[in-house]
Amino acid sequence: MLGYVLRRIAIMIPTLIVISIITFIIIQLPPGDFLSSYAASLRAQGEVIDEAEIRVMRERYGLNQPIYVQYGKWIKGIVTRGDWGQSMSLQRPVKDLIWQRMTLSMVLSVVSLLVGWFIAIPLGVYSATHQYSPLDYIVTFISFMGIGTPSFLLGLVVMFVAMNYMGLNVGGLFSDQFILAPWSWAKVVDLLKHLWIPVSILAFNGTAGGLRTTRANLLDELNKPYVETAYAKGLTERRVIWKYPVRVALNPFFSTVGWELANLISGATLLSIVLNLQTEGPMLLNALTAQDMYLAGSFLFLLSVMTVVGTLLSDILLAWVDPRIRMT
Amino acid sequence: MNNSDLLLQMKDLKTYFFLDEGTVKAVDGADLEIKACSTLGVVGESGCGKSVAARSIMRIVAKGGRIVNGEIMFHQRLRDPETGSRSSNLVDVLDLAALNPHGEKIRSIRGAEISMVFQEPMTSLSPVHTIGNQIGEVVSLHQKLDSKQAREKAIDMLDRVGMPLPQRTIDRYPHELSGGMRQRAMIAMALSCHPSLLIADEPTTALDVTTEAQILTLMRQLQEELGMSIMFITHNLGVIAQMADRVAVMYLGKVVEDASVEDLFYKPLHPYTQALLQSIPRLGAKKDRNQRLASIRGSVPDPYNLPRGCPFHPRCARRLDICDKEEPPLVKVDTGHQVRCVLYK
Ligand SMILES: Nc1ncnc2c1ncn2[C@@H]1O[C@H](COP(=O)(O)OP(=O)(O)OP(=O)(O)O)[C@@H](O)[C@H]1O
Ligand SMILES: [Mg+2]
Repeated sequence: MLGYVLRRIAIMIPTLIVISIITFIIIQLPPGDFLSSYAASLRAQGEVIDEAEIRVMRERYGLNQPIYVQYGKWIKGIVTRGDWGQSMSLQRPVKDLIWQRMTLSMVLSVVSLLVGWFIAIPLGVYSATHQYSPLDYIVTFISFMGIGTPSFLLGLVVMFVAMNYMGLNVGGLFSDQFILAPWSWAKVVDLLKHLWIPVSILAFNGTAGGLRTTRANLLDELNKPYVETAYAKGLTERRVIWKYPVRVALNPFFSTVGWELANLISGATLLSIVLNLQTEGPMLLNALTAQDMYLAGSFLFLLSVMTVVGTLLSDILLAWVDPRIRMT
Repeated sequence: MNNSDLLLQMKDLKTYFFLDEGTVKAVDGADLEIKACSTLGVVGESGCGKSVAARSIMRIVAKGGRIVNGEIMFHQRLRDPETGSRSSNLVDVLDLAALNPHGEKIRSIRGAEISMVFQEPMTSLSPVHTIGNQIGEVVSLHQKLDSKQAREKAIDMLDRVGMPLPQRTIDRYPHELSGGMRQRAMIAMALSCHPSLLIADEPTTALDVTTEAQILTLMRQLQEELGMSIMFITHNLGVIAQMADRVAVMYLGKVVEDASVEDLFYKPLHPYTQALLQSIPRLGAKKDRNQRLASIRGSVPDPYNLPRGCPFHPRCARRLDICDKEEPPLVKVDTGHQVRCVLYK
């Protein structure tokens, strides 16, 4: 087991190197660079631009160097000094910008995922064990709505209803007085007060998918002979179902947590923009449009790292819950 | 026959499946008797209702299926609450067919008084729980034992069924064992509470011949040790000859002949039984290569539309005019030999 994990980690290193290179190339793909889009936006506002000044800035950011030199410097900074480069549009070091946003994104995603499972699993089990009952039809109908409704749309509806009928402003993750305040107990409480809305919206979508998975897998498992064996032992129906087929039917949850999380983080971008959440998504989008390459690159790279690490974690988890999978 | 050695008596049992496509009369008036400490073999073609009859006794008939008629009288030998051993004269007779299939009473019988071994040792054990977990569960469910004692008991059972290295095997998962070992584990699980009836639904069909012989020997040996009855379902008449004391032949949900194993092989009465016996290959017949093995002509009718009268008449070699009109009664030809056929009226 330990050998397996070490081997997998060893394989991760070349994977991450390749990912970082690809990330870097992709964010350089659009024509021009940060300064040309910066100049363009200034020009659009009718300002006069000094070509010489642009040249000096280009020199300073190293944008006139070949791409592999820029890449080398960036990676060297990250590995040796934990320096992710400078955000050109925000004029601040990238490392000061990303961590809080990444943490909030993670909190939002993990909480949404767990809440989604917490609702999806019992409902899915009920649906499967009471197939074609009225409640099964209702649950199925709602879950299709959940799959079909994009979260940003739901976010808009929630905001509209809250604003117009309840006089609440539900945007953001913090009240105004806490946005810039240092972390404190009161700030955490304030975060929780705001978090439930995006969590409910994201969990609604997650629940729908999880419910379909649980129901479909459980319907398959319920007909397996080992379930009959369990009934023949004299166990109660509830115990039979939760100990045996449900246990097996939930395996896919463990095998997909890795990319499920990454999915949630990127899927939440639109919702974050709509609800004005201080998560990673909106900032990444701005960085990409402004061609703020170090900021965008760092976000993309971190997301990739999370996906790779998440996949490893879910593989380990799956091997742990399903003894048929050997780790060799 | 003395009533005190009767263990289970099934009378006119009908178990139907109500499906969208129609009603499947899986068991349609079956009568059976199992005596204490003896083996009843149940034979019949695929689809004749053997498994459904067995599951009706356990009351674990699949969704959509229901007992619509009949009785299953179980003569339960009560146990001494202290020692757990059965007394032979304290008998409680109850009708399993009348119990609530989810109720407490039937659950206290399942796994403790009547237990079952299934055909597929591959899939009949949970793939994600250890053998010890699955055996220990029955033990601690029906006996007042803590988890350590339950484990001891499980190891002891594994040892009794001839599992090599029971101390280690107990922590194995089913996929780490061979088919024969898994079936041994299934038997250990079924017998761990010393039931008075073991229902074995084609327990050796999925195994190779050598393993099959070992498992059959093991079952006979454990039957003697534990003093239980076995309802042995198979379509292998060779296995019946080896295992059974009495035999019930089923055809389309009915028991068409019920006899001692000797009578069945030497004096088969029902045309269906006779045809079944003729379909067994014999060594001597090899000389005569051109002569084909006798097979029963036609095939089992569609379960949605059973024929009128005797269900076997469309395929019967000795049919009479009345066979498609009236249902033949159960005729008692000899002591302990009954047949459902008008030829013997
Ligand atoms: N769950 C079910 N739903 C609907 N019909 C069923 C179900 N189980 C069994 N049947 C039907 O009941 C009839 C008897 O089936 P059963 O499994 O008892 O046959 P069997 O004698 O055990 O055959 P085999 O030797 O193949 O195991 C068949 O026609 C079968 O199609
Ligand atoms: Mg069967």
